Amino acid sequence: MTIAAEPPRQGFRPSQLLQDSRYRGLTIQVIALALLLALIAFLVRNLVVNLAALGKDFDFGFLGNRAGYDINQALIPYTNNDSHARAALVGILNTLLVAALGCVTATVVGVLAGVLRLSKNWLVGRLMTVYVEAFRNVPLLLWIVLVYAVLSESTPAPAAFRGEDAQASRLFGLIAFTNRGTYIPWPVWGEGAGVLGIVLLLSIAAAIGWRIYARRRQEATGRPLPVLWVTLAILVLPFLVVFVLLGAPVTLDVPTVRETGIARFDGGVNVLNSLVALWIALALYTGAFIAEIVRAGILSVSKGQTEAAFALGLRPGRTMRLVILPQALRVIVPPLISQYLNLTKNTSLAVAVGYADVRATLGGVTMNQTGRELESILLLGLFYLIVSLIISGVLNVYNQRIALKER
Amino acid sequence: MSDLHSQTVAYSRDTMLPPVPPPRREAGAVRWLRENLFSGPLNIILTILAIWVLWLALRDVLPWAWRGIWNAGSISECRTIRDQLYGEGTSAACWAVIRARWQQLVFGFYPASELWRPPLALVVFLLAVLPILFADLPRRLLWLTAAAPFLIVWLLWGGPIWGPVAVALGFGLGWLAWRIVARAGGPLLGAVAAILVPVLYWIFVDAPLTAALARILPIGLTPVRSSDFGGFTLSIVIGLSGITLSLPLGILLALARRSEMFIISKVAVIYIEVIRGVPLIVWLLVAQVLLNYFLPSGTNFDILLRVIIMVTLFSSAYIAEVIRGGLAALPRGQYEAADALGLGYWQAMQLIVLPQALKISIPGIVNSFIGLFKDTTLVSIISLFDPMRMSSTIRATTEWGGIYWELYIFVAAVFFVFCFAMSRYSMWLEQRLERSHR
Amino acid sequence: MKRSVVLGTLALAGLAGAAQAATLDDVKARDALNCGVNPGLTGFAAPNAEGVWEGFDVDVCRAVAAAVLGDATKVNYVPLSGETRFTALAAGEVDLLARNSTWTFSRDTDLNLDFAGVNYYDGQGFLVPSALGVTSATELDGATVCIQTGTTTELNLADFFRVNNISYTPVPIANDAEGRQQYLAGACDTYTTDASGLASVRTTFENPEEHVILPEIISKEPLGPAVRHGDNDWADIARWTLNALIVAEELGVTSANVAEMAAAPTENPEINRLLGTEGEMGAMIGLDNQWAVRAIEATGNYGEIFERHLGESTPIGLARGLNAQWTNGGLLYAPPFR
Repeated sequence: MTIAAEPPRQGFRPSQLLQDSRYRGLTIQVIALALLLALIAFLVRNLVVNLAALGKDFDFGFLGNRAGYDINQALIPYTNNDSHARAALVGILNTLLVAALGCVTATVVGVLAGVLRLSKNWLVGRLMTVYVEAFRNVPLLLWIVLVYAVLSESTPAPAAFRGEDAQASRLFGLIAFTNRGTYIPWPVWGEGAGVLGIVLLLSIAAAIGWRIYARRRQEATGRPLPVLWVTLAILVLPFLVVFVLLGAPVTLDVPTVRETGIARFDGGVNVLNSLVALWIALALYTGAFIAEIVRAGILSVSKGQTEAAFALGLRPGRTMRLVILPQALRVIVPPLISQYLNLTKNTSLAVAVGYADVRATLGGVTMNQTGRELESILLLGLFYLIVSLIISGVLNVYNQRIALKER
Repeated sequence: MSDLHSQTVAYSRDTMLPPVPPPRREAGAVRWLRENLFSGPLNIILTILAIWVLWLALRDVLPWAWRGIWNAGSISECRTIRDQLYGEGTSAACWAVIRARWQQLVFGFYPASELWRPPLALVVFLLAVLPILFADLPRRLLWLTAAAPFLIVWLLWGGPIWGPVAVALGFGLGWLAWRIVARAGGPLLGAVAAILVPVLYWIFVDAPLTAALARILPIGLTPVRSSDFGGFTLSIVIGLSGITLSLPLGILLALARRSEMFIISKVAVIYIEVIRGVPLIVWLLVAQVLLNYFLPSGTNFDILLRVIIMVTLFSSAYIAEVIRGGLAALPRGQYEAADALGLGYWQAMQLIVLPQALKISIPGIVNSFIGLFKDTTLVSIISLFDPMRMSSTIRATTEWGGIYWELYIFVAAVFFVFCFAMSRYSMWLEQRLERSHR
Repeated sequence: MKRSVVLGTLALAGLAGAAQAATLDDVKARDALNCGVNPGLTGFAAPNAEGVWEGFDVDVCRAVAAAVLGDATKVNYVPLSGETRFTALAAGEVDLLARNSTWTFSRDTDLNLDFAGVNYYDGQGFLVPSALGVTSATELDGATVCIQTGTTTELNLADFFRVNNISYTPVPIANDAEGRQQYLAGACDTYTTDASGLASVRTTFENPEEHVILPEIISKEPLGPAVRHGDNDWADIARWTLNALIVAEELGVTSANVAEMAAAPTENPEINRLLGTEGEMGAMIGLDNQWAVRAIEATGNYGEIFERHLGESTPIGLARGLNAQWTNGGLLYAPPFR
């Protein structure tokens, strides 16, 4: 480790490749690279030989063929006459849907449970501990199956909604929870609905504008302006006025039960039980982990911060919002995002309840019907990888932004 | 002074009053209830909500579980007994299925006469881990740790004892080659010899040697096929072998990722990100369906081994990140001190950095293990008989068709006990580490 | 130059493993038959309380093992899900796939399988609660249908409803056990799978009489054992073992009397050829002359296998129907042993 001011001037000797620490790293890297390339060549060669032996080729043409199977939840129009590629796309959208729903719900559940676990109420604290431990220590697959079974056994069949004095009743007279899924009303866009949409967009822009203005005013004058109520008014009032003026261009398509034949709901949108089960199980499971993250985050902010804020005369709500949360978030957000990543990957367990996610379409039925396992699994892995990289990219950006600027 | 005081203050008491009990509402259970459950309107609402939730959850479940029937040969017998005991259609659990099939849920199809082997293997494993976890134990116990993998493999899969012995011999040969060649021709040649000698030995000498030894001294256990592994035995085998095998790999990956050599660190980063970016279930599909495509044609080894390899590769990426955290948590001074002592890279790592970094990482490793252990249920999707798949299979028999909750509750309870115990252990360890740091 | 040397070494290491060989040699060298089975389907394949695999499909594995290796217990059962069974066979993980798989054109050609024959003629049916008030599958307009993924039933269902121009909602389920749970919970109006499967599901219900199997059979489901495409010798062994079991029933050879019949030539030359007391049939498929005797001894003839696992004396209680011998009006018609 001596640092000579002038390295001995000699010609390059091969033994330096091993002995000289300046070149040794290079040697090791070259060897490692060669070994790696050899390994890859070995695997690829085997692949080529094996595929040839089986009479298979490597070709993504099968994606254009007719799929021939039905998917019970398609966010884009799909029939069994469409191609395998479209079936895969339907699966991808389904995966993203349940991942998005799960992330939002898990955050709400996790924050609630994390805060309640710190509650002074003994019973509530214990209940939350039981929840967190139960979900963290039992496999997710088991929870998915259990939630699915609970859902299908505890909800009434569509037939129960029939007749004047139906056995089962709907939530607000609109939403029907059945053992097939939850039927919810869906808006139908009539004539003039476009105007309504434009009005809504404009009021959102106006609301954001108001918030910015209010903040500037406060920073300039120190006087806070009412934000919440004004925002609500901006969002709701113009919409209502235009809605009435245009003569209710948007109507609700309320699901109705068929009174004859096989009982089923028509109209509205059916949120399948498999989706709900997967959604609830993912949200509760990930929520348990998030609860721990939130709890640790809040506990990480020292009590002195609260006391200092009180000493400055800040009220509890503002103390939380302006002092505690910004500091806690720095601790909470990075592990939170990695929980989102986990949740997204865990959506692949949809197979347990037959939810048509990308693994079930592309990596399930398509793979099985076409026998293209190599291509299918490759595409499947690539999809998950891209989603994961995007999420961890977001995480990195956030980490860089909140990194403590030490002076 | 005190004299003066006692005289001037005439109204002062000169005897101690006996203590009066606190008012009713400030003591005992009532106070506790008031403080913990009913201290304010919000708290009262929360308490009532909590009681309501508990009532909803337990109202039907408790009687159902309590009425459970333990003695029956099939679900229809269960129903008959239930109808006799409680009247037609009462809800009652049929725990008899657990009684009849617990052996399959725990051991899979492991031969009935050999059931002592998996638990013994677990005990050997735990004993082997002890000297690593507790530094106060005599160092000689590390020999047990070194021998344990071979002993465990032999206990689980059986066969002549010479198989594992002969494989272990390969490692011994490698060490010997390293000692001899490194002294004569330098460390690099030594490393090459230490890899080459055992590999050649395993390819050409191992099998005939095993056969010969088995012929001369036939000591062995009844061989058990991998396909007979099932239930929690399978989960534990996959989980424990995955985590132990992935440790060395994970350490190497973590070191590689922090390495200053560009190619090596980038390769490690790509490996870790690709493995972590794709769900385990896709990797299991790869193990089941694709692995054979990438091996020389005709090679075929059993699915359990393939799954263990895949799980090892998978968890090594996660372990690498845990250990990277441990490495990053070490104060820079430790690295600098090693440099100052003139230690080479490997010496510094081995003597100074890794012992400390690994110690910090143990809770993280235990948590990874809990995650991996729970994830072993995914192998049910590729038709290995883990507890979940075993439950489905039991439900497919004529006797137990249609049974549901009992099996899943049992499986969930066992998982809970294992994972909860381990997570408590990891928390305890974390606290102990925190204290020892100060 | 350097790379080719490395590759050469690795290839050599690969050769030390195993070269591609005929399946029969592999099986003999391994001294065990790797047989892909259903991980749990009542009557067809399921492990019993002792962990021994039993069932209609399992007996095909046992018969082939007995014929080839002389011991019906030398079978490694590899449970395979519906989604991965064919890839497992193609990848060489199993030698024989006896997992109630339907023989179809695309599977035979595109998926590189060879079906060795048909051991069960099945068809897809519908199970409905009597309370639904449906008596024909064509009345199922708007029904919610529970269906296993990764099977031909999924495609048949789509075809059936399209042909009849009625609508349905599929509820995909992972396996049979989930299927019956969902059906019983009422999450679907009807459960559809092979009719044999429906019968066995119905038997496990608390009140089987409250459920009916609709009369329509909407598809042809010839279920049979499959082998890899390209190894014709091995396919012959599987095919003729199955045929031996079928023809044994036709000729009245049972597990009880096979030893006696094989001891000395009988009056019937076909029995003699089957049991190896006349001619060299065994050698023609690369086995010894006693192969069929061992197969029949191990499992009994086709009729015995059927009665043991699916027949009217079992809880499943299936009638022979299409699976009767051609002489009894069924479809079982083994080519002559000649």
